[in-house]
Amino acid sequence: MDIEKANAEATERMMEARPVLVGLAKAREVIPGMRDNLLLHAGPPITWKRASGPMRGAITGALIFEGKAKNEAEAQALVESGEIELEPCHHHQAVGPMAGLIAPSMSVYIIENKTHGNRSFSNLNEGYGKVLRYGAYSEDVLERLRWMEEVMAPLLADAIEASGGVDVRALLAEALHMGDEGHNRNKAGSLIYTKSLAPHIAKVAKSPDVAAEVIRFLGDNALSVLNPVMAACKAMADAAHGIEGSTIVSVMARNGTDFGIRVSGLGDRWFTGPAGIPKGLWFPGFTEEDASPDLGDSTITETAGIGGFAMAAAPAIVTFVSGTPKDALNATLEMYEITYAEHKYFTIPPLDFRGTPTGIDIRKVVEKGITPRVNTGVAHKEAGVGQVGAGLVRPPMSIFQEALVAFAEEYGI
Amino acid sequence: MAVTKVEVRSGAYYDSVVLMQLQRSLAALPGVLDAGVVMGTDANKDVLAQSDLLTPEAQAAGADDLVIVVRAEDEAVAQSALDQVDELIAARRRGGVEEEYFPKSLESAAEMMPDARWVLISVAGRYAAGVARDALRLDKHVFLYSDNVSLEDEISLKQTAAEKGLLVMGPDCGTAIVNGVGLGFANGVRRGPIGVVAAAGTGLQQVTSRIHQLGSGITCGLGTGGRDLSEEVGAVTIRQGLDLLSRDPETKVIVLVSKPPAPKVAEEVLRAARRAGKPVVVEFIGYSAPARQLDNLHFAATLDEAAELAVQLAASPPAAEPAADLNLERFAPGQRYLRGLFSGGTLAYEAQLILKGYLPGVYSNAPLDKSYRLANSLVSQAHTIVDLGEDEFTVGRLHPMMDNDLRIRRLYQEADDPEVAVVMLDVVLGYGAHPDPASELAPAIAKARAQAEEAGRYLEVAVVVTGTDEDPQDLNAQIQQLKDAGAWVETSNEAMVRYVGRLVRALDQAANPPPAETMKPVDLDVLHQPLAAINVGLESFTESLKAQGAPVIQVDWRPPAGGDEKLMAILERMKKK
Repeated sequence: MDIEKANAEATERMMEARPVLVGLAKAREVIPGMRDNLLLHAGPPITWKRASGPMRGAITGALIFEGKAKNEAEAQALVESGEIELEPCHHHQAVGPMAGLIAPSMSVYIIENKTHGNRSFSNLNEGYGKVLRYGAYSEDVLERLRWMEEVMAPLLADAIEASGGVDVRALLAEALHMGDEGHNRNKAGSLIYTKSLAPHIAKVAKSPDVAAEVIRFLGDNALSVLNPVMAACKAMADAAHGIEGSTIVSVMARNGTDFGIRVSGLGDRWFTGPAGIPKGLWFPGFTEEDASPDLGDSTITETAGIGGFAMAAAPAIVTFVSGTPKDALNATLEMYEITYAEHKYFTIPPLDFRGTPTGIDIRKVVEKGITPRVNTGVAHKEAGVGQVGAGLVRPPMSIFQEALVAFAEEYGI
Repeated sequence: MAVTKVEVRSGAYYDSVVLMQLQRSLAALPGVLDAGVVMGTDANKDVLAQSDLLTPEAQAAGADDLVIVVRAEDEAVAQSALDQVDELIAARRRGGVEEEYFPKSLESAAEMMPDARWVLISVAGRYAAGVARDALRLDKHVFLYSDNVSLEDEISLKQTAAEKGLLVMGPDCGTAIVNGVGLGFANGVRRGPIGVVAAAGTGLQQVTSRIHQLGSGITCGLGTGGRDLSEEVGAVTIRQGLDLLSRDPETKVIVLVSKPPAPKVAEEVLRAARRAGKPVVVEFIGYSAPARQLDNLHFAATLDEAAELAVQLAASPPAAEPAADLNLERFAPGQRYLRGLFSGGTLAYEAQLILKGYLPGVYSNAPLDKSYRLANSLVSQAHTIVDLGEDEFTVGRLHPMMDNDLRIRRLYQEADDPEVAVVMLDVVLGYGAHPDPASELAPAIAKARAQAEEAGRYLEVAVVVTGTDEDPQDLNAQIQQLKDAGAWVETSNEAMVRYVGRLVRALDQAANPPPAETMKPVDLDVLHQPLAAINVGLESFTESLKAQGAPVIQVDWRPPAGGDEKLMAILERMKKK
């Protein structure tokens, strides 16, 4: 077994994957293994008992949306009885930000990796404020979800089809040159995304009012593109998964209780540890006291070499890393220490167009004592409140150490 | 009574993180209870409402308006907070001190400074070998200041380095000067024609400083660490340094400084030094040198003397010793040993001492070192010097100074030995000695030489004659007789022994060329390319390199895997896979 060769292959596949947004359809129709009594969620597997406030809130909201429950108590009963099952998005080629809830009747983006043929999925972004992904399920939240499902989704599906597909890798490469890092800052990417689809929306819409409404919704939401970007990162990371002898991380995800990783050469096994509380900046009236432990599949962006790893490209949000644009450069420079490759297509202008740090190598993480840095939003710890801030978090070192020991056992090292 | 005050700024756009930072600064002001700084979007107004900060003015703000809300203990505090907004934004913009990025590993440092050929290591001993191994993997030379590195690690590191043509100076190497730049502790020594290799840190500093004070200078000063000359390590770095300096055209004289090496290693090092092709001043502190000078080797007794000798030799280089006059082709293959048949005990003893500088060992019935005692005094083995004046030979017969019979028989015996190339004899004249020793010895020498010639060999017979022209035997007449018989005659024992030593050593080298060096030569560039380095450990080393104008990068080093032995072991095994 040659670890170097395996890692070179894994990262090469990750970078050569070309994820294209090809369509939009109901989860029940397109996600492999999706069924009527199944909810997908972010992170490694979780039970109701261990689930955090925002995760429980999102589950409740999803079940209300599906017409299966009326309140949290009913949702809890359904889940605990086993009538409704919970499985990670990652077990179904899918990803979702924060709670990451995907219910059978929700529409999902379909990403196809044109290089290797694998597909991936993600739900639609609801915008800022009180939203399901942060565990909020008040009537206005459900109202918005229904509008998205009934009005926006069919139109987007037609527009995407009419556009012939959106090349998300190319979109990301461009957005990184416009001040995005692809995880916490998606302003440029969302505008490019809106721009790409707007003419097609205008063309396929039944009425100009609906077209305007949908275009405004996409354009006003600086996170519109986050979900297709995450699905694209999932397609890239999946292409790098399952390479015999590779120590490259192919999944990082959090469920609000545990932070979990998977490693390319170690199959579908999760290595999990406690999710941390992000260090960051708080919305008015909130403090660290209010924060839920780290949540969401959005760490798939760092797994694929953007997000916190591309911090140097996003000087506008340097406050997350404590201060100056130089700190943003240092944040990215630090990530080169633990990655195997430099991205061929994602480059960083202030670093003289050096490729982003790509392919987290568990050997380097453990040896150097440096865990991946993750830029993230922060949910309130109670169900129903929503986002309270944003900041920086790192996974626990123990999960990389466990993975390294497991790798040594698996391969007889 | 808490007061809430609002300021709305139209058309002032700031990124949300800047605003959150401002809000945090406002909330931290004394007397301020809460603060909200947002763009006036509907979602943000909801956020303000949740914290009870949504006043009617804020409610009226539009999405392009900056809304600043402060709730404070009283009016004055709230107003003062709002007055500080511009100052706080400006303070943020000026930013803090920008911090340079320090790479966290050797690997990243090497990527950041690919020209760095040297890695300085001064981390705790138990981690130092691991860092050094990483440096060698990256094809870097190592200056290993750390001590408490195990002997096994030193051996394996130096072996790896030698195979790759790299230097490992240390462990426990305190000083070196490479291309004018001091590493670790080093003095400001001018450039010049002298190259120094030292297994002793302050020894290197003393010698190089004295060279400077005496008006000369150095090409470089290489350190090796104190254990390099132990038998286990085998002087790998010293030998590499010697080889490097012998190939360096700018180095005219080499100085070798060490505490006394293991005897076997001393022999190997001196053999390597003799091949340097230029003068080598040897200062093995406390080592009893066989002579002040042996060919190109000059032995000094003190560090100061080593410096003086080196400066003198560099100023007036001695003429190279011709090797051609030895006429090695006269000898048949296989002829390589010397046999000394002495009548004088002191002369035999001195001959052995002088030969130490030329040959690994000489057997004798009265040896310098017991392990070279002849098993049987009547039978020579390899190189042999016999003192025929010892009691064992004089029982029942006259001393060989008076009776040549025993020596002549032994001479024929040696001449018959196909492996013998040279026989040494002493002829001691004077009152009480044989009245005309040459009259017996000269014909015997001629006969022995003829005997060898018949057998297809050449036998050199070297003779020292001790006496004066006022002796009853007449020195000059004796010498003439011996020369006529074909002998090489000297009147100085040392001169005869040195001639024989050179001759036999040359025969030995011709018969046994030195084994092909398994070490890959170190590239000469290392001495001449501008020094650039990566420093792992003591930051003062980085500072001192910077002060000397050498590019350097400091690694923000931490123990691998947090010092966890099990994980470290796995990682090391993975590197070998």
